[in-house]
Amino acid sequence: MATAYKTTAYERFLDYASRGDPYPLFWELRKTPVAQQPDGSYVVSTYREIVSLLHDPRVSSDLRNLPEIANIRIPAEEGVPQLPPEFIRRDPPDHDRLRAAVMKHFGPPGTPGRVAGMEPRLLEIITELLDGLADRQRIDVVDDFAYPLPVAVICELLGVPREDEPLFHRWSQISVETNDPTTGTIVERNRRRFETLAKLGQYLDGLADAHLQNPGDDLLSALVTDGEMARPDVLSTSALLLIAGHETTVNLITNAMLTLLRHPEVLDRLRGDPGYAVKVVEELLRYEPPIHMPGPRRTALEDIDIAGTTIPKGSVIILVLASGSRDPARFADPDRFDPDRADNQHLGFGGGIHFCFGAPLARLETRLALTQLVQRLINPRLVVDPPTYRHPPNLRGPLHLPLDIDGVRAA
Amino acid sequence: MRVVVDLTKCQGYGQCVFAAPDVFRMPHDEALMYTGDADRDKVLRAAAACPVQALLVDQEGILGRPEDAVRGDGRVPVDRIVIVGASLAGMRAAATLRREGYPGSLTLIGKEPGEPYDRPPLSKQVLTSRAAAVDTRLPKREIGAEWMRGVAAVGLDLDGRRVHLADGRAVEYDRLLIAAGVRARPWPNPQEAALDGVVVLRTREDAEDLRRRLAAGPRVLVIGGGFTGSESASVCRELGLQVTLAERGRAPLVGALGEVIGGIAADMQRAHGVDLRCGVTVSALEGDRDGRLRRARLSDGSVLDVELAVAALGSVCNVEWLEGSGLAAGPWGVGCDAGCRAFEANGMVREDVFVAGDVARFPHPVYGYQFLTLEHWGNAAGQARVAAHNMISEPEDRRPHLALPVFWSAQFDVNIKSVGVPAFADEVAIVQGSVADRRFVAAYAITAGSSPRSPSTRRSGWTSTVT
Repeated sequence: MATAYKTTAYERFLDYASRGDPYPLFWELRKTPVAQQPDGSYVVSTYREIVSLLHDPRVSSDLRNLPEIANIRIPAEEGVPQLPPEFIRRDPPDHDRLRAAVMKHFGPPGTPGRVAGMEPRLLEIITELLDGLADRQRIDVVDDFAYPLPVAVICELLGVPREDEPLFHRWSQISVETNDPTTGTIVERNRRRFETLAKLGQYLDGLADAHLQNPGDDLLSALVTDGEMARPDVLSTSALLLIAGHETTVNLITNAMLTLLRHPEVLDRLRGDPGYAVKVVEELLRYEPPIHMPGPRRTALEDIDIAGTTIPKGSVIILVLASGSRDPARFADPDRFDPDRADNQHLGFGGGIHFCFGAPLARLETRLALTQLVQRLINPRLVVDPPTYRHPPNLRGPLHLPLDIDGVRAA
Repeated sequence: MRVVVDLTKCQGYGQCVFAAPDVFRMPHDEALMYTGDADRDKVLRAAAACPVQALLVDQEGILGRPEDAVRGDGRVPVDRIVIVGASLAGMRAAATLRREGYPGSLTLIGKEPGEPYDRPPLSKQVLTSRAAAVDTRLPKREIGAEWMRGVAAVGLDLDGRRVHLADGRAVEYDRLLIAAGVRARPWPNPQEAALDGVVVLRTREDAEDLRRRLAAGPRVLVIGGGFTGSESASVCRELGLQVTLAERGRAPLVGALGEVIGGIAADMQRAHGVDLRCGVTVSALEGDRDGRLRRARLSDGSVLDVELAVAALGSVCNVEWLEGSGLAAGPWGVGCDAGCRAFEANGMVREDVFVAGDVARFPHPVYGYQFLTLEHWGNAAGQARVAAHNMISEPEDRRPHLALPVFWSAQFDVNIKSVGVPAFADEVAIVQGSVADRRFVAAYAITAGSSPRSPSTRRSGWTSTVT
C-alpha cells in the first residue's frame, strides 16, 4: 500500500486497519459523492446518489459486461460444471425470471406465510443454542451463536444436511473472500470464485438428484420438482442462498450484540420490551450493517451523469451502502445509534431490483436472536473492545466476540 | 390498530407481506392490497420493514413523535384554529399542527358522520369485500381536537372570522383551513339518478352500498372511464360480473394519461372481459314501475339491460358554502398560493385562511405557474402538512407546496403510478419494459412552448405498469 497521503479515502477504507471503525472515513468519502479511483472504478458514497444508481437501469450487475470476466473459463476437471451467474449477478429480464422462480417458494405472492411460519422453529433452534451455554462463564457470540444459528436455518430452509457444514463452509468462505476487493484483481477473484462455485455446484447437484427422488418441504426440492428453472440455474441459486445465508446474518447478529453492549441503555430497554427489537434491528441495519458494499460489482452500460461527474460506459461502480446509511444529508445525527429514529429508510438491504432476497429471514432471525440473547444471558460483558474483525471490508463483522457472562437464564 | 398504505411510495418490495402475511397481500406480483384491521405487532413489524416507509400506523405514523416537531422560533400567536373538512387533508393538518407544537384550540368540522376514513381502499378492497368499509378508518391518536361531525359548514364570514354551521351555530377562528374536498358528480338527470340501482362512489357509505349491490350479481354499467370508473369495472370483473364501461372519449383514462396509454388501458380492459364502449355517452337510464333501473340507452342507439349503473363522472368541489364570502371560490376550487394561503375574490392573498386537498387550486412553478387542482391522495396529505405549518409560522418560516403530483391506481392486476401531470404533455414514449407484459415505464414530455422535462429513468422494484 502506498503512503497515506497518496491513498484515496476509499483505499484507506479498504485497508484492514480501518476495519474496526471505518465510519470516520465515510465523512471523507462523502465529500466527493462519486469519486473516481486510481483503478478507474467509481465509488459512490452519498445516499441520494446511491439510491439513484440502485434504481438506474443503466447500471448492470452482470459482470459478463466486462470482457475479461466474460472470457474466464475454468478447466473442466472431472466434469465439474461452471455455474451460470446467480440472479444477483444478472440483469432483467433474466434476473426477474430467476428471482421470481425462487420467490414463488419463499414469499409473496406464492407462499407469503413461509418466513413468518418459521418463527416457532427458529425460536427452538435459538433456545437449544442458548441452553447449550448454560454452564459457561465465557462465550463467543460468533462461534457459539451467531454463526450456528443462520447456518442451521439456511440448511433447513434449503434442504442441505447440517452435518455437511464443514464441507460447504470452506467453499462459502472462499467465495465470499473473492468479493473482497483487497484480495486480488477483479479477474483473479472471479476466477477463484468460479472455481469454488463449481465445486459447491457439484455438491449441490448430488443433493438436487437426491431431492428429486425424494422431495422434502425445502427450497431445493421445490426448485428441482417444479422444473421452472434449468438445473444449472438451480445450482447457482442454491449456492447463492447457502452462501448468503451463511455469511451475512452472522455479522448482523454479532454487530448487533456489540452495539447493544456499547449502548447499555438500549440493551436494558430491549430486555424489558421485546417489541422494541423491531426498531433496534432496523437501526442496526443502518448503523452497523453486515454488508458495507454489495458483493457483485456493478458496471455502467452507458455514460451516466451524476453529481457533477460522468461515469463512462463500461466503468465499475462501487456503491458504499454503509456510507449512504450514515449520510447526514439523509439522516440527522447519523453517527448516533438511535432506534427511535423516524423514517429510517436505511440501505442495509440495498434497494431496487436487487433488494436483499433474504431480508425477511434476516430480520426474523435477528429479532428473535437479540430478544433471546438479552433476556437469557446474565450480565453479559465485552471482553475486548474493539474486537478483532474478519478481513473483508464489504462483509464486515467481528471474527470473534468473546463475552463474560454470569450464566444463562432458563428459557 | 389502523394502517394506511401510501401507495404512491410503495415500490412493491413485499416486505410487509413477509412480516404480516395475513394483513397484506400482493395478489398479482405487484399491486399491494391490505385488509383493514390487523394484529398490532405484525403491523408494526411490517411498517418498520418497509424499505420506503410507506405504511402509516396509528402508533406514530400519522402524527410522528412529538420530539420530531420542528419548533421554529418563528411561531405566530394563534389560539383558535378551525379546519373545515375532516378527511385526509383535515386530519393530516390537525396532526401536523400538534406535531409542530401548536397548543391552542383545534376544531374539525366534517359534514360526514362517523370517523374520518381512507378513500383509496373503497374502490378496491372494500368493493371486493377484502376489507370492511368500517376498517378504512384513518389512524389517529388523540390530537386534542374538538370534532364536529355530521354538521356542514354553510357560510364563511371573513371579516368576523367565523364559520357558520348548518345547525345555526358559528365557530370563530384565528386561522381557518379549508379542506372541504369534493363530492361525486351525480348523474345529471335527477329522475334517473333517483332510480334504485343508479349509484356513485365517493364515500364509505357509497362503497358499502355498492359492495352490497355487487354481491347480488347484477349486470353493471359503468359510466365514465376515469380512474374510479376503471377501478369499478376492474372490481366487477374480479367478482365475475358482466360489465359494460361507457366512455365518452376515445379510450379510458385518456383525460389523465393521454391516448397512447389510454389505448393500452382499453386493451387491458377488453382482455379482462370488460365490454368497453368508447366514443359513446349514456343518453338515458330507464327503470321499471317500481323505480328499479332496468335499461340504459347509449348515444349510438344501443340498449343495455342492466340492474346497476355506477356514475363515475368525476367530482364537484364543495364550495357552495363559500358563495358570497369574498374568497376566490368557484366550480374550479378555492384559489390559493403555493403557501396554501387563500385568495380573495380580487386575487389578493389572505393571511388567515388556508386551503389544502382536493379543493385547493394552486400555482405550480414546475408547470409555468399554472393553477392545478389535484385530486390525489398524496397531494392532500402533502399540501395539508404545508398548510398547517404555514398557518402557525411567521412569513420567513413558511414553506411552499412544491411536491410533484403523484398518484396510483390498482386495476386489472396492474398498478399504475404517475409522477407529474401527463395531461400537460404533448409527447409520450415507452422508455422501459414491455407493453405486452403490462410492465413498462412511459415518459411524458412537453416539447412545444416550455422546456421539456427529463423523463424518469428510475427502475422501480416490481411495480408493474408505471406510467
